[in-house]
Amino acid sequence: MTGMLDSAANNSIVAVAATGLGKHFTVGQRQITALESITLSIRAGVVSALIGPDGAGKTTLLRLLAGLLVPDHGVISVFGLDPVTQPDAVHCITGYMPQRFGLYEDLTVQENLDLYADLHGVPSRLRPARFHELLEMTKLSAFQGRLAGKLSGGMKQKLGLACTLVAQPRLLLLDEPTVGVDPVSRRELWLIIERMVATGTTVLMSTAYLDEAERCHEIFMLHAGKLLRQGAPGADHSILAGRCFEIHGAESFTRRLQSRLAERPNIVDAVIQGDTVRVVTARPQTPKLDDLAAEFPSLSVTPVPPRFEDGFIALLKPLVEQVNLGSALSPSTEAVDREDVVIEVREVERWFGDFHAVKRISFDVKRGEVFGLLGANGAGKTTTFRMLCGLLPPSRGQLRVTGVDLRSAAAKARRRIGYMSQKFSLYGALSVRQNLEFFASAYRLDSRLRRIRLDWALERFQLTTYAESSSGDLPLGHKQRLALACALLHEPEILFLDEPTSGVDPLMRRAFWSAINALAEQGVTVLVTTHFMEEAEYCDRLVIMAAGSLLAAGRPQEIRAQARSPDQPNPSLEDAFIRLLHNIAGSDVGAPQAGLKGGLQGRSPQQSEQTPS
Amino acid sequence: MNAEHYVSPDTSAKRLRLLGLIRKEFLQIRRDLSSIAIAFLLPIVLLIIFGYGVSLDAKHVHVGLVAENPGPETADFFSGLQRSEYFQPVYFSGQRAAQKALDQRRISAIVRLRSDFSRQLLNGHSAPIDVIVDGVDANTARLVSGYLQGVWAGWLQRRLDERAGGSAQAVLMQQRIWFNPAVRSRDYLVPGLIAVIMTLTGALLTAMVVAREWDRGTLEALLATPVSVGEVLTGKLVPYYLLGMGGMALAIGMAIFLFEVPLRGSLWVLFVTGSLFLLAALGMGLLISIIAQNQFVAGQMAIITTYLPAFILSGFIFDIDSMPVAVQTFTYLIAARYFVAILQTVFLAGDVWEVIVPNALALALMALVFLALAARRMPRRLG
Repeated sequence: MTGMLDSAANNSIVAVAATGLGKHFTVGQRQITALESITLSIRAGVVSALIGPDGAGKTTLLRLLAGLLVPDHGVISVFGLDPVTQPDAVHCITGYMPQRFGLYEDLTVQENLDLYADLHGVPSRLRPARFHELLEMTKLSAFQGRLAGKLSGGMKQKLGLACTLVAQPRLLLLDEPTVGVDPVSRRELWLIIERMVATGTTVLMSTAYLDEAERCHEIFMLHAGKLLRQGAPGADHSILAGRCFEIHGAESFTRRLQSRLAERPNIVDAVIQGDTVRVVTARPQTPKLDDLAAEFPSLSVTPVPPRFEDGFIALLKPLVEQVNLGSALSPSTEAVDREDVVIEVREVERWFGDFHAVKRISFDVKRGEVFGLLGANGAGKTTTFRMLCGLLPPSRGQLRVTGVDLRSAAAKARRRIGYMSQKFSLYGALSVRQNLEFFASAYRLDSRLRRIRLDWALERFQLTTYAESSSGDLPLGHKQRLALACALLHEPEILFLDEPTSGVDPLMRRAFWSAINALAEQGVTVLVTTHFMEEAEYCDRLVIMAAGSLLAAGRPQEIRAQARSPDQPNPSLEDAFIRLLHNIAGSDVGAPQAGLKGGLQGRSPQQSEQTPS
Repeated sequence: MNAEHYVSPDTSAKRLRLLGLIRKEFLQIRRDLSSIAIAFLLPIVLLIIFGYGVSLDAKHVHVGLVAENPGPETADFFSGLQRSEYFQPVYFSGQRAAQKALDQRRISAIVRLRSDFSRQLLNGHSAPIDVIVDGVDANTARLVSGYLQGVWAGWLQRRLDERAGGSAQAVLMQQRIWFNPAVRSRDYLVPGLIAVIMTLTGALLTAMVVAREWDRGTLEALLATPVSVGEVLTGKLVPYYLLGMGGMALAIGMAIFLFEVPLRGSLWVLFVTGSLFLLAALGMGLLISIIAQNQFVAGQMAIITTYLPAFILSGFIFDIDSMPVAVQTFTYLIAARYFVAILQTVFLAGDVWEVIVPNALALALMALVFLALAARRMPRRLG
């Protein structure tokens, strides 16, 4: 993406220095090394990124710097202060935004700001100007009196950021501030961060988005508690010279080509990018594709310059346990009729009180398709999803799933559906095996089949070593795997995935998508919502929703084509998405929908965690 | 760098932080209907149930009366029962019909005067009466048989007075001491209930709201600000202390004005001892939430360790002296026990310092211990 942020003058000043940091945790019987002999220094006045797969130790490091944890070994200095011995002094000059932003959902936007101003001792004479500035910056001025719990996801994150900024901290520590945020809000969050840096604030953020990391001045890559790499985003590009290529000519079969390429041992990474598949080879040589000529007659290979994500994958892939979620169903010999319409949506509407959440939408999904549902936070995706799963009746219109009218026979249709919800919706106190057993019995598998599917799930999703651990203690990526396993136990014909990769690291995201691909190849219909626009490229077709209506529908390349303009001849799906939303609503798209979350999901988070899908 | 850093002088910053936390808590209380309901609606409901619905007195008990040989003496005795507010007499012509009514639970007792009742009485013998009490509800059965004995004794006494003389029945007179019909159970239930109500706001509500900060991840953000542990705890103590005292004022007001329970002691004693009890309950609530770190568990723990004991083991309904010794010893660990003793004394007997002072000291000690433990166990950091 764009170049790095530079606030020239004080680049050489060290804001944070850590030497020989080590931290261990005991979870149940297991001793976990969260961090091991980390030595790093973070420059003042720039944005630095902390990246790495799930469980790498990013959150632990941020908490150590914020003085919320005490290291087992090592020394930390935050602008010359020691968070262990001088926590109060460190708290005075740092702003820390946890992953679950510390907002009080039953306080209004203004009340949250007031509270944090009080806690940081901001004198009242300075407050009006400061609040005004922050509300302008976050575009929350119009929502001052709204309860934080009723804001959309993106607005909550912006408010969380504003709260940590009231006291103008010298050091800003952000733990995955853009997870679960739509692309529009994500751009706004970045604008705020850039403005803070311009006034001299030092920012350290952890992120799962590598394009964000690429915008940072310096990157610290953690893996399994160790610092793997530290340096500017471009520093790795030399080792990738001559290893990056784009393969054209697969046109509408990019997904199949991608899965063929990903299986090859000499290819480290293969991702779909528009009409092409981008690959990174293990050694600097052009990939040979002669054997694919029969299937894809007109392939051509173009070398391209390396980018940051290539380096991340090339560096980490050999180190991380490979998860091949591969074929997730028992092999079927039946031919799949891919013209068969399995989901029919006709003029479906949904009201919550006088709130029009979904406005007369219609679309069809065919068997074996990967169908994407995209939209800003609160666009009506989750409502649509729930109606399709038979969890929520539509107010008007017709919904047929595998030929069954959901209004009259929701339970019958549900047996053919697998659903993986956005939030971790398994029983955290039960072990992995118990969760699987529960879902197997909920789907009424007989005992023989239950045993087969359980063994399959544990083995295929590489959960055998965790079978007896309580699922609440699993790292996020493993939780997601377990959730997917539970949704697939009864071999559903249709799989609903509600943001399955939110907050999941890039390696795991690839594993997830290869599983989704394999399922679709076998004839399973997959409906998926996602915030990652590059992932939307994996969909056969997709719809973009905004304010309850369908904004665009079609194949990814068709949607991209809609955004083509003289100054943007080759727009990405994210560009197209943002352009489409801008056309209808000005900048804050989440705004008109914000009431939805409160009305629809008026449950506290821990309640939803207790509820199985 | 150059941003101006707002670090106010220490004391005023401290005051600002504390006021901010307290204001936040009140805003949350105002928005969360369930905490308002626990603090004010539940006391009203409990007081009405216990004040009107639950009564340990037996009143208007249906009693079947059977006179095998009706005469002026039997009529005279029955008229005594008729006049009593405790009984609702139902006349039966024979024992069989009365027993059927007892089986069908239409009546709770049968009083049978045998055919030789009048004769025995006139001969100066102590004329026996048959009493059959429905023993299914042991408490009511005991009360009914006691009341009947009372009426019986009173009637004999009156006859004695009329005839002036007869030494044999003088002993019966003393049976009046066994019970005191003038005591309404409401008068000691309602003051005891105040302790239960304050336990609800003090321990249950506090345990839940602090655990909520863990659950929602707000405590992590709070700990990363310059706020100290003491400020976090004080920020919780002050609002729920005020809420608890509000609940107490409401309950005392209802006790005096609605249920007409006499207040023989002074209000300031209630205020001081109530504060001590509330601090002990708050300390316990805070401690529970710190240990549980989860709303659901905290709620369960608070109910089991504070609310139920306050109900059962405080002497509010069940007399502590009649409990097994082991249980009696255990009640010393229950703060409500001391406060119930104080409440019943201050309301019904007056400022009896011999009761108030030791109980108040016990409350003060418990408050100190729980608050100190909460302050010590409250994490300064995560993990």
